[in-house]
Amino acid sequence: MLKYTVKRILLAIVTILIISAITFFAMNAIPGGPFSKEKAPDPAVQAVLEARYNLDKPVGQQFILYMQNLLHGDFGVSLKTGREIATVISEKFAVSARLGGMAAGFAIIVGLVLGSIAALCRNHWPDRLIIFLTTLFVSVPSFILATMLLLIFALQLKWVGVFSTSNPNYVLPVISLMLYPMSYITRLTKSSMLDVLGQDYIRTARAKGVRESLIIFKHALRNALIPVITYVGPMIAGILTGSMVIETVFTIGGLGTEFVHSINNQDYPMIMATTIFLAVLMVVATLVSDLIYKLVDPKINFD
Amino acid sequence: MTYNADKLPKKNLLSLQIDLKKFEKASDSEKAQHETMRESTTFFKDGMRKLRKNPLAMISLCVLIALVVTIVVVPLFYPYSYEQMISVNGKRDKTAKNLAPFTYSKNEQKAIEEGQQIFPHIFGTDELCRDYFIRVIYGARVSLMVGLFASLIVLVIGLLYGSISGYFGGKVDMVMMRIVDIIYSLPDTLMVVLLSVVLNQVIGDSLRGTVFARMGNNMISLFIVFGVLYWVGMARLVRGQILSIKTNEYVLAARALGAKPGRIIKKHILPNCMSVIFISVALQIPSAIFTESFLSFIGLGVQAPMPSLGSLANSARGGMQSYPYKMVFPAVIICLIVLSFNLLGDGLRDAFDPKLRR
Amino acid sequence: MSTPLLQVKNLSTSFNVDSGEVRAVNGISFNLDKGKVLGIVGESGSGKSVTAYSIMRILVEPGKITGGQILFNGQDIVQFSKKQMREFRGKRISIIFQDPMTSLNPVYTIGNQLRECILLHTDRNREQANARALEMLQLVGVNEPEKRLKQYPHELSGGMRQRVMIAMALACEPDILIADEPTTALDVTIQAQILELMQELQKKLGMAIIMITHDLGVIADMCDEIIVMYAGRVCERGTADEIFYNPRHEYTKGLLRSIPRLDTNHARLIPIAGSPVDLTNMPKGCAFASRCDQCMKICLESLPEELQINDSHIASCWMNVKQVYMEAEKEGAV
Repeated sequence: MLKYTVKRILLAIVTILIISAITFFAMNAIPGGPFSKEKAPDPAVQAVLEARYNLDKPVGQQFILYMQNLLHGDFGVSLKTGREIATVISEKFAVSARLGGMAAGFAIIVGLVLGSIAALCRNHWPDRLIIFLTTLFVSVPSFILATMLLLIFALQLKWVGVFSTSNPNYVLPVISLMLYPMSYITRLTKSSMLDVLGQDYIRTARAKGVRESLIIFKHALRNALIPVITYVGPMIAGILTGSMVIETVFTIGGLGTEFVHSINNQDYPMIMATTIFLAVLMVVATLVSDLIYKLVDPKINFD
Repeated sequence: MTYNADKLPKKNLLSLQIDLKKFEKASDSEKAQHETMRESTTFFKDGMRKLRKNPLAMISLCVLIALVVTIVVVPLFYPYSYEQMISVNGKRDKTAKNLAPFTYSKNEQKAIEEGQQIFPHIFGTDELCRDYFIRVIYGARVSLMVGLFASLIVLVIGLLYGSISGYFGGKVDMVMMRIVDIIYSLPDTLMVVLLSVVLNQVIGDSLRGTVFARMGNNMISLFIVFGVLYWVGMARLVRGQILSIKTNEYVLAARALGAKPGRIIKKHILPNCMSVIFISVALQIPSAIFTESFLSFIGLGVQAPMPSLGSLANSARGGMQSYPYKMVFPAVIICLIVLSFNLLGDGLRDAFDPKLRR
Repeated sequence: MSTPLLQVKNLSTSFNVDSGEVRAVNGISFNLDKGKVLGIVGESGSGKSVTAYSIMRILVEPGKITGGQILFNGQDIVQFSKKQMREFRGKRISIIFQDPMTSLNPVYTIGNQLRECILLHTDRNREQANARALEMLQLVGVNEPEKRLKQYPHELSGGMRQRVMIAMALACEPDILIADEPTTALDVTIQAQILELMQELQKKLGMAIIMITHDLGVIADMCDEIIVMYAGRVCERGTADEIFYNPRHEYTKGLLRSIPRLDTNHARLIPIAGSPVDLTNMPKGCAFASRCDQCMKICLESLPEELQINDSHIASCWMNVKQVYMEAEKEGAV
């Protein structure tokens, strides 16, 4: 276990380094460079940039210095606004984290419940309905889904308020953000549950005279959860990127909106910093879910 | 040991009329007729039978075929083109802006009254006076092409990489798989965005004059991104398949009989992993279409005036309250395509995945 | 004669699948007395395991008992409610399965799984249950039982796991233990150990055993009575001696010819040609007919009746009828 953990953490560090390097050098490969004069708004910002990014030094050294700054929490400044990127990120991420956290929580809970129901009612109408709906949900791009929900429930039916900073109504954004991962978890839970219910040890439990509900919640669910846990890491990643879309549609001022803006504005330092920040987040999420997976599954634990 | 009639309890068999002829030995042909053998089926036949019995998969297949036929045939006779602004009598018709489905602009109505034949705008027109139906058709074309091409790229790279890694094993495999591990752990959507931003700028004018120019930088960068990032899943799948098949007894048996590696790959390994790979490709297409629509959304999609379903839906978001149909048409088509591929992929998996068979 | 502990009367079990109804068990009957060992032999797909699962009522969808009775002490367990059945399983009848590697839940410790059964069926508290679990592990000859209780199934060898399965099955002192091919998945040396253990425990605890196997050798010296099954029907039933030394069904004879024996000087084993019948589409007449060397015209047309050869020996084969007829004819009775 220790050996695995160390190996996994090392891989995560390497991944983060590679992502940072790709991001940095890719940005530098853009013709004229992200920091060339015509892209900076005024000479004052330009001067700050030159000092900040050590533009007089060779690229390799720039990268090392950039990484050192990152480690000290210095993400640089935005080309458009001239604000400290670190403050922008921490400010905006709070909003995104709340939205993403709610979506992730609901997605997991609802997904597990629906998946179990589908597995238990296999080939009956609840199963068919659940599977049809979840297949539908994973077939609609999130921005279309979000726009439709906004149009129907907020603007036409006026059931829920539109999100605004004064009246932060998270219902529609959370629903739009959670539907995809929820559907995925539902399908995953169902297939894994069916797989487990066909195992010999379930037959053993039945032969012991264990109650059907206990068979499901004690003997089956814990085994069925194992593959679901591996999805949680990628799910966090999905929610973070999904957040870009949902936040933009609902005009929630989170990190996602900020990222999309910075792409449209070609605000390269911002793109760079946000990419690295989100990437680190995803890598850590995957790492944690992999480690939990190892902890839950005794079979692998002792290999 | 002898038996007496009265030693037989319950039924006195001798009181029955026994037809001695029936106690003659049966001939082999009689025996053969007796047993109705189960119809022997091949893996493929059996899978097809299962697939045909799956209504959702069959409906999806029909929808996809209908869609493909439509997007191939319709542009051949449709009087408008996707980039052409409506004109009446050779003059640009500025009144043909944002028309509702099956309506005509003022100028067009005048022309009709004068006795001209004008083809109706089935889905109306967009804000630049272009016929929306043909734009949606072209959008579907572009989206499907993106999906197919991207999956093809993924398939080719993944298949090559995975089979080399899986077949050679050992150190080669270890090094190749570490590389895959690292690429796999990169957050793909972020990398797609990043690479698209960069490639967009880097490719720049270098494509001018080539076939690729029409597709636009974004499209090319999308394919490059797929070629760089998305093949790892396929490579892992192929390698896993090959490794597990390679250790099967029948491969060992073939090797023991002196079969050459080429024959083993062709006869034993490929047919056994083909179904899994095929299913994975079918499911890759909707994911590529998704990625494209996501990129369109954040403004990194296909180049205007070329439409894709994603970019159409995205540009319709602005006037959504006044012209909801502009959102609905491309949205419905995307959903139809993706849903059909997903359902078909699921159906194929249920029918052909050897792991799901008993 | 007192009522037998378990009476199976005309039991039929089917699976409804895409291609039709698979009639896995087709009207079988047998009795099991207290403290006796009954062997059920037959090749794969002959309905042995399905019979066992029917008795436990642990058939999974789409399997269903379609007819007959299973009387335990005179009570028909086919009519039991789900709740009655739960209290019955594990307490009155227990089962051990073929593959000990997959029959234990990988995410719970041995102790947890042993205790579960004891807590369900007895009013012992947790500590007492633990003590009982420990006692059972000692009884089945697991070394270092205290340590084993805290271990996970994958940390034990196959033989050890099967011992744990036996301990689990016997923890609540059931009247009947069903052993569904308990040694098939084990190494030959371990097989012998497990069989020995079962015999020993049977003597000590006095439960009845239904021993299901495809290996005649396994049950030869263990069983009081043997049932030979083919295509969901009973071909022949008798004491071990009768089955081994005086088989009266062509299928039994074939089975005996196909096992290696040291006491005869057959130079080679004779396999039974052909493959088992398609259970969705059972031919009329005897199911074994098309593979039978002695097949007669009547075999293809009608199902042979059960013929009582003596008090304990029953066989369903037209050859017996023919033989009786021929002998009677010779004696001039006809």
